[in-house]
Amino acid sequence: MQNEQDQILNEVTTGEYKFGFYTDIEQDSIAKGLNEDVVRMISAKKKEPEFMLEFRLKAYRHWLTMKMPEWAHLKIPEIDYQDHIYYSAPVQRAKLNSLDEVDPELLETFNKLGIPLEEQKHLSGVAVDAVMDSISVKTTFREALAELGIIFCSFSEAVKEHPDLVKQYMGSVVPYTDNYFAALNSAVFSDGSFCFIPKGVRCPMELSTYFRINAANTGQFERTLIVAEDKSYVSYLEGCTAPMRDENQLHAAIVEIVAMESAEVKYATVQNWYPGNKEGKGGIYNFVTKRGICKGDNSKISWTQVETGSAITWKYPSCILKGHNTTGEFYSVAVTNNHQQADTGTKMIHIGKNSRSIIVSKGISAGVSNNSYRGQVKVLRGADNARNFSQCDSLLLGDKCGAHTFPYIESANHSAIIEHEATTSKIGEDQIFYCNQRGISTEDAIGLIINGYTKEVLNKLPMEFAVEAQKLLLISLEGSVG
Amino acid sequence: MLVIKDLRVSIEGEEILKGINLEVNAGEVHAIMGPNGSGKSTLAAILAGRDIYEINSGTVLYKGEDLLDKSPEERAKDGLFLGFQYPIEIPGVSMVNFMKTAINEMRKHRGEEPLSASEFLKKMREKKDLVEISSSLTNRSVNEGFSGGEKKKNEIFQMAMLEPQLAILDETDSGLDIDALRIVARGVNNLKSPHNATIVITHYQRLLEYIVPDFVHVLFNGRIVKSGGKELALLLEEKGYEWVRSEEVNL
Repeated sequence: MQNEQDQILNEVTTGEYKFGFYTDIEQDSIAKGLNEDVVRMISAKKKEPEFMLEFRLKAYRHWLTMKMPEWAHLKIPEIDYQDHIYYSAPVQRAKLNSLDEVDPELLETFNKLGIPLEEQKHLSGVAVDAVMDSISVKTTFREALAELGIIFCSFSEAVKEHPDLVKQYMGSVVPYTDNYFAALNSAVFSDGSFCFIPKGVRCPMELSTYFRINAANTGQFERTLIVAEDKSYVSYLEGCTAPMRDENQLHAAIVEIVAMESAEVKYATVQNWYPGNKEGKGGIYNFVTKRGICKGDNSKISWTQVETGSAITWKYPSCILKGHNTTGEFYSVAVTNNHQQADTGTKMIHIGKNSRSIIVSKGISAGVSNNSYRGQVKVLRGADNARNFSQCDSLLLGDKCGAHTFPYIESANHSAIIEHEATTSKIGEDQIFYCNQRGISTEDAIGLIINGYTKEVLNKLPMEFAVEAQKLLLISLEGSVG
Repeated sequence: MLVIKDLRVSIEGEEILKGINLEVNAGEVHAIMGPNGSGKSTLAAILAGRDIYEINSGTVLYKGEDLLDKSPEERAKDGLFLGFQYPIEIPGVSMVNFMKTAINEMRKHRGEEPLSASEFLKKMREKKDLVEISSSLTNRSVNEGFSGGEKKKNEIFQMAMLEPQLAILDETDSGLDIDALRIVARGVNNLKSPHNATIVITHYQRLLEYIVPDFVHVLFNGRIVKSGGKELALLLEEKGYEWVRSEEVNL
């Protein structure tokens, strides 16, 4: 028995993070440190137009006046911002015949991550923008999408090819003054995805961005902008991984979504950044500002997130419900194990009449981790008949972890109806034994319970990803009970 | 099928079972009776593999193999079923999913293909009728929000689904009204065959009017102090456990 247990334990501890490998590829990196020259250098490397550099410098100068936010229920070790590299790009070594070709080594990297970049090999119906460290490596299905008038490209390209759109929308949802990390990102952001769906177009495939951090000591600061014009529809997916390293790495991203009249945008994230080892060494610090605005009447924005990775997660995908009859949704599963910390939730700001929002948050804590839900529901004066329903559930595995809920509710309109429900439960030994007695192993029993618990959220993901997310949840929790 | 020899078990240093000897053969129904605290539930839990006890001595052979060496799920897959005295609620896990996983685990163990969805649902319908459990219960999460009686019926339903070789029913009758009792008994009687055996653990003689045991054992203070035929249950009912107590003094 003892031997067997040791063996299982061994397997679990060695096999815990599947994407921890490192690609040994030449990197074009700048020196560590952050100052105005670095900001200028990034802009120059990306051959950006003047307006971008100005935007970056304004953001940088503003950032200098700001302080790191301390309100989250997180213990964040002091971060030396001079000790990080702010730009690092893999150098494509092989001689390429066309601009569309990608260095085989990079292709291999993304293959290993389960993201083939050759269009014919890819999951049908999913277009991918693959981002490694500071640059976009390849965006698939661009031409096919362009025929419908859809723009799907890396942010860097958008800056050059569609400067007017970028100028019009960048910073319109998350201004650089918004918060500390938004200012930092606005100053040094490197790449990300840009997506524009014209009036009346229903995007026929899932669009996705895959973020990979590869280089050491390097932060990833990406920016994604999605604009959905009147009566358009798009479903967007984001995935992320990083190698296992002993040092903490920074990731501070911004995602902005603009939904015009009757547009619908679904944004899903399966976040699997390296969480650090069992003792809490290493892992990604993930400070992300994601916000969408339902600008036009009858528009809808839906956030779905499955958060399994990162040493620290600080993230609140939000909706500003400005138009009338708009809908904001937030579905979240956040898992923390070992020494991970997560402070995550959402903000729903009701401005338009009959605006509705729904929040379903499922936290799972194991090991000695801490998992907090932080959510704000704010109803402004003019938001007649605004309606919100929030459900915040916490599941504890073992007795050394913590789960916390911090709801903030403000209403300035008497006709608003706001509901908040919260539960906390625990996977007990009794439940495990009951399953065991019916022939179900402990691992499978935890799987059943976790799947049941997270079903409501995972059902919101496109099917292939729901299956992946389910597996990922179980891998993240392996060895946490028993 | 089951041979228990001189089984001594303690919890936190206190000896609960003080040398149990019991032999159960295929085709038999055994009733274990005894007052509260006599060790009945401990015996059931030990056989199912609950690991909060220390086993001090003794052996348990199940189908010729050492039972105590096996994990709870191995025992279950080998056909040992425990009907829980207090069935556990598992929110979020549907009965359908739970049963399907359990059945397919056992089939895998026997080298059989998993049941198809339609075969599974057919089986589920059949067994549901047998224990008169309503569809609304099987569509819910495992035991969640079930009444006491519904939980017990659900144990019998699971037993019927899993078709165990050795079923141990731990006070399945407690808290049941006469109708529910009849249904539970029918479930047990229905399962009876020359190839399997049942151990019914009960405090009262009442259940034994519906499930007729081949053998009755009286467990008292960690020992089986009396064994006999079904008439022993009646005698016990008539004289009460006080009678055993005085008998034990004479031992």
